[in-house]
Amino acid sequence: MKKFMAAAVAGLGLALAATTAQAQAPQTLAQVKNRNVLNCGSNTGLAGFGLPDAQGNWVGLDVDLCRAISATIFNDPTKIKFIPLSAKDRFTALQSGEVDVLVRNSTWTMSRDTALGLLFTGVNYYDGQGFMVRKKLGVTSALQLSGASVCTQQGTTTELNLADFFRANNLKYEVVAFATSDETVKAYDSGRCDAFTTDASGLYAERLKLTAPDDHMVLPEIISKEPLGPATRNNDAQWFNLVKWVHFAMVNAEELGVTKANVDEMLKSPNPEIKRLLGTEGKFGEAIGLTPDWAYRIIKHVGNYGESFEKNVGQGSLLKIARGQNALWTKGGLQYAPPVR
Amino acid sequence: MTDATTEMAPYAFVRKETLEQQAAPLSVAGPLAWVRNNLFSGPLNTLLTLLCVYIVATSLPELIRFYFIDAVWTGANRDACLADKVGRPVGACWAYVADRLQYFIYGSYPISERWRVNIVFAMFALGVVWMLWTQAPKKKLGFFYFFVLMPISAYVLLLGGAGAERLVRNGMVLSLALAAIYVVLSFVPQLVGFYLGSANLAVVQEASPLKRFSGPKQLILFALVVFGALGVLASSIGLPRVDTGLWGGMTVTFLIAAVGIVFSLPFGILLALGRRSKLPIIQLISVIFIEFVRGVPLITVLFMANTMLPLFVPQEYSPDRLLRPLIGVAMFAAAYMAEVIRGGLQAMPKGQYEGAMSLGLGYWSMMRLIILPQALRIVIPGIVNTFIGLFKDTTLVTIVGIFDFLRTIEATLVDPTWATPTTRATGYAFAAVFYFLCCWGMSRYSISVEKRLAAGQKR
Repeated sequence: MKKFMAAAVAGLGLALAATTAQAQAPQTLAQVKNRNVLNCGSNTGLAGFGLPDAQGNWVGLDVDLCRAISATIFNDPTKIKFIPLSAKDRFTALQSGEVDVLVRNSTWTMSRDTALGLLFTGVNYYDGQGFMVRKKLGVTSALQLSGASVCTQQGTTTELNLADFFRANNLKYEVVAFATSDETVKAYDSGRCDAFTTDASGLYAERLKLTAPDDHMVLPEIISKEPLGPATRNNDAQWFNLVKWVHFAMVNAEELGVTKANVDEMLKSPNPEIKRLLGTEGKFGEAIGLTPDWAYRIIKHVGNYGESFEKNVGQGSLLKIARGQNALWTKGGLQYAPPVR
Repeated sequence: MTDATTEMAPYAFVRKETLEQQAAPLSVAGPLAWVRNNLFSGPLNTLLTLLCVYIVATSLPELIRFYFIDAVWTGANRDACLADKVGRPVGACWAYVADRLQYFIYGSYPISERWRVNIVFAMFALGVVWMLWTQAPKKKLGFFYFFVLMPISAYVLLLGGAGAERLVRNGMVLSLALAAIYVVLSFVPQLVGFYLGSANLAVVQEASPLKRFSGPKQLILFALVVFGALGVLASSIGLPRVDTGLWGGMTVTFLIAAVGIVFSLPFGILLALGRRSKLPIIQLISVIFIEFVRGVPLITVLFMANTMLPLFVPQEYSPDRLLRPLIGVAMFAAAYMAEVIRGGLQAMPKGQYEGAMSLGLGYWSMMRLIILPQALRIVIPGIVNTFIGLFKDTTLVTIVGIFDFLRTIEATLVDPTWATPTTRATGYAFAAVFYFLCCWGMSRYSISVEKRLAAGQKR
């Protein structure tokens, strides 16, 4: 009996290994075109980044990137199947080929980029840990937080970053840690601590849940690096380039002033950079397996990076996150895209 | 004694009429006695009663104030539920539930196609009433409807697309063909005789053709009507495919629960019989299945199905993301159900088996006619317990990214449109009410069934 079981398990293992090897078909773009739908690994719900609205349609900054990929391939931003993934199963789903691209506020780190067999294509949102305080505290910088009590969530990197920051700046502080983010917000709201810390994008979302959101402000200091971006598998260079350039196209469009509204006029623009971007000159899209008007489709259906940012997380949304590090490089931010040339 | 002697008796007063009946003393009957007997019958009970009264008195007014008096019932966005904006203390934000109710029911199912979900809900309600209401007519037809026609129709309506339309067409052709055969048979009695043997011919010929056509043929006619209606829907309005990734909310919760319930009972019975079978292979398979499934947590199975399975199976062949947890939940419910039913089988005295065998009944007849009806009645509480557990376990599918009812509520909680301090308390209260009503309904129904079936066993 035991021998039989062992043999059965071994046989099953071999069969699985064989099928896994077959599963490594690198032609993601061809598969997507064949399937006629893009499988996009998305968040299970994060304000401003990926969330179903009242009608059940997905909206958000990450969602817009998926829509842009769909738009550039199919000339239709709706040929997407959103597969909501939890933090635990997101990378496995990408590795196994269940999703074509993962756009789920994942932090770009060295281990993920190298050991996991993934490639991060860029950074569509520069996040980092920040602080929220009451306005009446009269604090304008995190460096003035000496002696403050800080509410945070237990067992996350947030706690470590916090310790590092205060030690590096030789400030005294007191941590009040809670098991869930809700408890943390509640405690901060009821005045248990002077400051509340988590990732900056989260701070803006949590602020709305406070009794009097306008009495609180987010301090300008960002004490950790959380570059969030889309990821693909590392066995398909063409697909990697495609996802990477979809983001670059949106950033370039913003830099060149091409918007969803004026993209049709811009087709007649004499500016050579715009001409190359929109495909009226050159056939740059063909190098990544797309049509020459690949970027035009993105702007037409989704808009440029700035538009997407303002609509989902910026001034056009309830979150009202300032551009900050996510402003264009020409405006003091970090969003920089190589030219289409 | 005679009348004369009594009249002569030297008593000053004799009561001639009976006394008016008096009410029982206050210490024995009436509300005060009830209170004394049930609430203050001893020092411990008195203490407990006072404690409960204290808890209720301190929490209930607050709850009522929060969920009803201070609650906000209408509004378009978070401003309606912010104390600053409305200028009064704000309790539960029911406006948020009202605004997102559609999403809680249908998930991301396309708005233009939601009528299909409504039809399925209506069919499900009809089936449930038909099956559960004792006086409902044509139970056999209802059984056929609930276990065959309704699942097929639900599949066709919810999923749609080319495959579903093909299924409807095949179903229609099949039932048409069967109907035609029966029409021919019923109008040509000689043919019936050919099939049934000439001995039955006289009996059959007595009946009119129409009468001969009824009976089992009703099932076919009914199937024909249902498939015909679906076919008309598909060809006139069209049933475009709605990917399972878009399904969500109560639709998915009911779907998972219904699949679990519909599959677990028959499979559970088979597994229970298999485990008690004397055939070694069947017994071994049943034992392995039951013990394996019971030995691992449902969460790991779901996680395995939705995270690990795609690693082994090529993308084109891996089953649908919703189908995987459906199978997992059904397997789980079947294994637990098998053990519940086995308990009933073991509770049957040996005499029942021997009595059935002495009547000359075979294994299946014995089980179907003698053993199972009694065994199942014994374990009704256990069966319903499993159903209720299953219904609540459906929430576990959230961890594999399926938007069931609870998950849709959680998804809207992070939405800035309704981010207020009280949104969370409102959303979870709504979920609690929904789950409580469903589970409580199941429990009440099972109690009434038990009472009805146990009428002869009252001791």
